[in-house]
Amino acid sequence: MDALKLDLSHYRQLLKQYIDTQDESALYEAEQISKRSIQHNISLEEIINTHINALEGIYPDLPENIQHSMSFLLEVMISYGLALQEFQDLRESQLEIKSEISVAARMQNTLLSTVKPEVEGFDIGVVSVPANQMNGDYHHFIHHTDGTVGITVADVIGKGIPAALCMSMIKYAMESFPSEHKNPSEILESLNRVVERNVDPSMFITMFYALFNPAASTISYSSAGHEPGFYYHAADDTFEEIRAKGVVLGVTDTAQYRQYEREIHVGDMIILLTDGVTECRQGDRFIESEEVLEVIKSFSHLPAQELVESVYRHFEKLQDFHLRDDFTLIIIKKDV
Amino acid sequence: MNLTVDVQEQENKAIVLLAGEIDAYTAPKLKETLLSLTEKQGNKVEVNLEQVNYMDSTGLGVFVSGLKSTKENNSELKLVQLQDRVYRLFEITGLIDVIDVDKTVQGGY
Repeated sequence: MDALKLDLSHYRQLLKQYIDTQDESALYEAEQISKRSIQHNISLEEIINTHINALEGIYPDLPENIQHSMSFLLEVMISYGLALQEFQDLRESQLEIKSEISVAARMQNTLLSTVKPEVEGFDIGVVSVPANQMNGDYHHFIHHTDGTVGITVADVIGKGIPAALCMSMIKYAMESFPSEHKNPSEILESLNRVVERNVDPSMFITMFYALFNPAASTISYSSAGHEPGFYYHAADDTFEEIRAKGVVLGVTDTAQYRQYEREIHVGDMIILLTDGVTECRQGDRFIESEEVLEVIKSFSHLPAQELVESVYRHFEKLQDFHLRDDFTLIIIKKDV
Repeated sequence: MNLTVDVQEQENKAIVLLAGEIDAYTAPKLKETLLSLTEKQGNKVEVNLEQVNYMDSTGLGVFVSGLKSTKENNSELKLVQLQDRVYRLFEITGLIDVIDVDKTVQGGY
């Protein structure tokens, strides 16, 4: 402990000034002493001792009964002193935990990092922002050698550190699948078994998996209970919910996932997201998904990356810059 | 917002009345109550969500734990009278196919 001695003569001088004049400035200075004492880990007992010494300095003939009362006060304050010490210890260990979490968060970012693929004829934008330090949302791109791109968007139910650890497991499970094994339905069925066997019963994962074939302009996909994305039809300027049936990963070991396929036309957009986007709130009011689509539409003239970032900023502002849930939005535009 | 959990227990049967919001803050309390009921062998547990106006995915986690516990303890779990927004969560996540969810009518056994 770097306990600095309280400056007795300064204290005595201040105390005298206050007793003589009841001057506000002395009180202000007393407050400063109090703050500095906490900063320098000066114990409560020492402050009271200093007060007694200062008092005896100012009044050499201090009545004995006042002196006794001070010893009494000192005794009464002992438990407070101990509590303060405990508080300081806790504060230090909390700082340690905080810095460990930020190390873990950085490690998570490295482990789960993914590179947005460059695909000719398409424009892809991605934004993923955690509500707290660690992100329970996950997205990943795999650029296969045959030119197809695997796209994963997932949300771990259960937030914070356990969710993040779970996501790392998922990522490595996916990477261990053989490379010819890339059909969305197969991937989800395999992952479901991994999650079912290895994860706590109250934890499960929603996932949307798509295999995007830029050369053929098609996308095939399956969903494990994930928040549905949207498809924008440029031809008639409408949005359609991308519905795909399937239960979340990790609930039953026999789950089967249907696979769907669609063609992507010029000017169309594929919008993938997590419930942090659709469950935005303005005060107590929930944002309807029509509103999300209107916002997307209002920025749809922008390049995909600017588009997703503008949508994010819009909802961040709407929620007073305090996200309740992790927010992930991916938009794929087929160039005109 | 808060969640009130009101349990009416009868022989081999329990009705849980919920009111408020189910989220990360209120879920632990609900989970504790729910599991204490589904862990009783053969118990029939009905959860009424009529007064639940918000539930996030943490709430789903609670009911999934409840479901897993019914399988281990030969008990039953049924959710009744869900509001649209809450029902939609069970629908999207595919959980309506694995959990007994009755949207409108208050079901009895």
